[in-house]
Amino acid sequence: MRYLPKSPADREAMLREIGAASIDDLFAVIPEEFRLTGDLDIPRQMAESEIVDHFKAAAAQNANGYTSFLGAGAYRHYRPVLIDTIVQRGEFLTSYTPYQAEITQGTLQAIFEFQTMICELTGMDIANASMYDGSTGAAEAVMMAIRVTGRDNVLVARSVHPEYREVMHTYAQHQGHDAAEVDYIREGHNAGRIDLAALEAAVTGQTACILIQSPNFFGTVEDVAAIAEIAHKNGALLIVSIAEAVSLGAIRPPVEADIVSLEAQSFGVALSYGGPYCGVLAAKEKYLRQMPGRLVGETKDKHGRRGFVLTLSTREQHIRREKATSNICTNQALVALMATVYMTIYGKQGIREVALQNLAKADYAAKSLSHSGKLLFVNTPRFHEFVLQTDESPAQLNQRLLDQKIIGGLDLQKWYPELGNATLWCATELTTREQIDRAAKVIAAAPALAVG
Amino acid sequence: MSTVTDSKFTGTPRKVTPHITQNEALSFEKSSPGKKAYKLPPLDVPEVDPAALLGEAAREDLGTLPELSEIEIIRHFTRLSTWNYAIDLGMYPLGSCTMKYNPRVNEFVSRIEGIAEAHPYQPESLSQGALQVMETLQNCLIEITGMDAITLQPAAGAHGEFTGMLLIRAWHESKGNARKHVIVPDSAHGTNPATAAVCGYEVINLKSNADGGIDVEALAQLVNEDTAALMLTNPSTIGVFENQVHKIADILHARGALLYMDGANMNALVGKTRPGDFGADVMHLNLHKTFSTPHGGGGPGSGPVACKKILEPFLPTPVVARNAECQLYLEFNRPHSVGRVRMFYGNYGMFVRALAYILANGPDGLRQTTEDAVLNANYLRAKLEDLYDLPYKTPSMHEVVFSDKRQTKNGVKTGDLAKRLIDYGFHPYTTSFPLIVPGALMIEPTESESREELDLFIDTMRQIAREADENPELILNAPHSTRISRLDETTAARKPILRWKSPTAE
Repeated sequence: MRYLPKSPADREAMLREIGAASIDDLFAVIPEEFRLTGDLDIPRQMAESEIVDHFKAAAAQNANGYTSFLGAGAYRHYRPVLIDTIVQRGEFLTSYTPYQAEITQGTLQAIFEFQTMICELTGMDIANASMYDGSTGAAEAVMMAIRVTGRDNVLVARSVHPEYREVMHTYAQHQGHDAAEVDYIREGHNAGRIDLAALEAAVTGQTACILIQSPNFFGTVEDVAAIAEIAHKNGALLIVSIAEAVSLGAIRPPVEADIVSLEAQSFGVALSYGGPYCGVLAAKEKYLRQMPGRLVGETKDKHGRRGFVLTLSTREQHIRREKATSNICTNQALVALMATVYMTIYGKQGIREVALQNLAKADYAAKSLSHSGKLLFVNTPRFHEFVLQTDESPAQLNQRLLDQKIIGGLDLQKWYPELGNATLWCATELTTREQIDRAAKVIAAAPALAVG
Repeated sequence: MSTVTDSKFTGTPRKVTPHITQNEALSFEKSSPGKKAYKLPPLDVPEVDPAALLGEAAREDLGTLPELSEIEIIRHFTRLSTWNYAIDLGMYPLGSCTMKYNPRVNEFVSRIEGIAEAHPYQPESLSQGALQVMETLQNCLIEITGMDAITLQPAAGAHGEFTGMLLIRAWHESKGNARKHVIVPDSAHGTNPATAAVCGYEVINLKSNADGGIDVEALAQLVNEDTAALMLTNPSTIGVFENQVHKIADILHARGALLYMDGANMNALVGKTRPGDFGADVMHLNLHKTFSTPHGGGGPGSGPVACKKILEPFLPTPVVARNAECQLYLEFNRPHSVGRVRMFYGNYGMFVRALAYILANGPDGLRQTTEDAVLNANYLRAKLEDLYDLPYKTPSMHEVVFSDKRQTKNGVKTGDLAKRLIDYGFHPYTTSFPLIVPGALMIEPTESESREELDLFIDTMRQIAREADENPELILNAPHSTRISRLDETTAARKPILRWKSPTAE
């Protein structure tokens, strides 16, 4: 086996040194009835070339060469080549959680830079070293708010990503927390945003937090300041989930929030059929002790030189066990490094430029597609996603697009049946005018039912 | 700068020679306005006025972010990388972490375009390859664990524990009573009690017996109709196989409780025995331990949960299934499911890597891997037990746990010995865990070490034991050869500085 660095003679010699007659001696402790005697029923050992062929064949059965307008929590942005060059360095790829600070300063300093950039972009005081992803990050933020306030009711906007909400419910259900959903406004001014009147009516003295997403699942930007006012008036925390990190280049950060849960996938992380991505929690400084996950802090060594360490571990499971802030241990360090490299490459000007291109492309796409359907929530500011309502069913519409090698908007029927034939579209800096025009043409060519 | 001089060593370190490393400031400190490392293509649609589109929501300034050129960025991160130790540089014997070789073909195949660019919501008809990878991996892992069903959704080991305990809870609830407590041995990983707590269970601590294993008598006393489960790590955190495991399972099952197995140490069992056969009802695997996906400085992990038939209805949604035409699809209609534990389908990129690893090994390779991992740990034990205290004499599997009892006589503790290993070019073992061994040195070599590397490590450990006797000061001030040494963790925690701030901003 090519990964194993021992010759048969090595094995024999080592067994002799141990004083074992055969390798089976070392497994004698396993009761005989449970010892495997034959081979596992799995594919035979393959050569490297066969492995590459195996996965190329699998990849060929996926969408290849399609134009895609999918977003909804997973976004296609350009990933500079430098990112993979750097994360494939063995010193980053094959090291572990930086427990031994003297020989993990590379990882530690990179995380410190990550934490700093996340604070700058989100407008928060502190940020952790990463969470699994945006959905579990939002759930952990809710748990954090429950600890901070000592209250156990949670209000969640229905305009939060449906899968984030599902994860939040899974986390909350067994801890006696009551999570209620607050609807969004359908028409007119503020359409596509959380219904503030309904929110006012729902919030009580037992509300631990209000969880919103902005830009929300429809791509609409929420009125964070107004929601924060309602939360804070009632002694509740405001958690803002951000699924599209690039939006921070064009949209005011949610500075009124108490906790921000960011999904950083857009910062240079491949779509990879849904993961690994990179969640991160940022918060106001006063909530530091309730923050879950790893934190890197600056300190000095015995000679007075600057260095970085994992810190405040008394919050964590390996010290606190059942009283820890969370059971999280491993996070997404390497993916956070991808995001760090991305933010360093695009920097102060570039993230803004990318965001403005997204804004322009989505605006053009929305206008182009609106000739063949009704654009929802038009009077409310949005980033790079929009909802299109059509006479034709999403299934039919998308099939006609697929025939032209275009993956259309996401069918919202499953989660928002009240919107009828609605699809969620996304355009990024990688979407070309030609692609948008082509999609618009296919949609406009709807049979019999064609609108306008 | 301190350098390694002969005076710092009793002997000569065979593995390392000091060499120059580059200093490197924070990216913010190197930044100057106007530098760029990017270029966007010209906009092919009309420009928009963000203020007009976004109104008050428009952002003007992004705050303090670096502005650097491409060459400065690659040097920045390359220099930082050289400050890290890594498996690629040598033995990384962190016990319980299974720091094995991370094959590069795994990285290559995970980046093939149709895989890396696959959107999680693309139509199932255009995701057959992606789903097939999941199905094949699932089948392999079910076979390896001896279980009946599996979910790949959990993002890490602790997340898998959470999922597994939710299954147990849902099963009890389906019988009308969620039950009240979960029993956790005092030798367990901290994630176990933390997980039981987040699943709404009271944690009952089970004291280990004189051999460091499960005290079967004490367990029998503890288990009652309020017991939901026992969370068992097997082999245990002292690297010992619980040979009473089937009896333990019987005790639990007789009282309607279930056996959760923490699969962190599965690297000792693959191809030799199967948890599903010896009585475990549900377990998680760490793809980043046993199945070679990279640890990446602390993630991403992946923590699939395999279970017996009785727990299958409760698995998170969606699950991968085949329809009548044999097409793969994602099944969402699962009324008894515990719900989602993560958006989409899990850390998919890790599934690709883990499957590539399994294919590279085959059944014979996986068995040989396990045998070599156990051989290596026993070899270290045989070569070091005369100099380091071995608190539990029970046979070792994939890791060996010593204590610093002999060295503490000279004021040298496990953490100090660990720091001294750094001078000799090794990553330290896990210190001070498991908690049942005071001053623990938890050493897991994995199968990836050659006899030559193991011998270097043994020499070094023996040298350090001598130094502890003859010159403890040398160890107490180690490491001597690193850029920085003995960071002030107390101040870091007392006055946390968790982000950089511009000196001019204050």
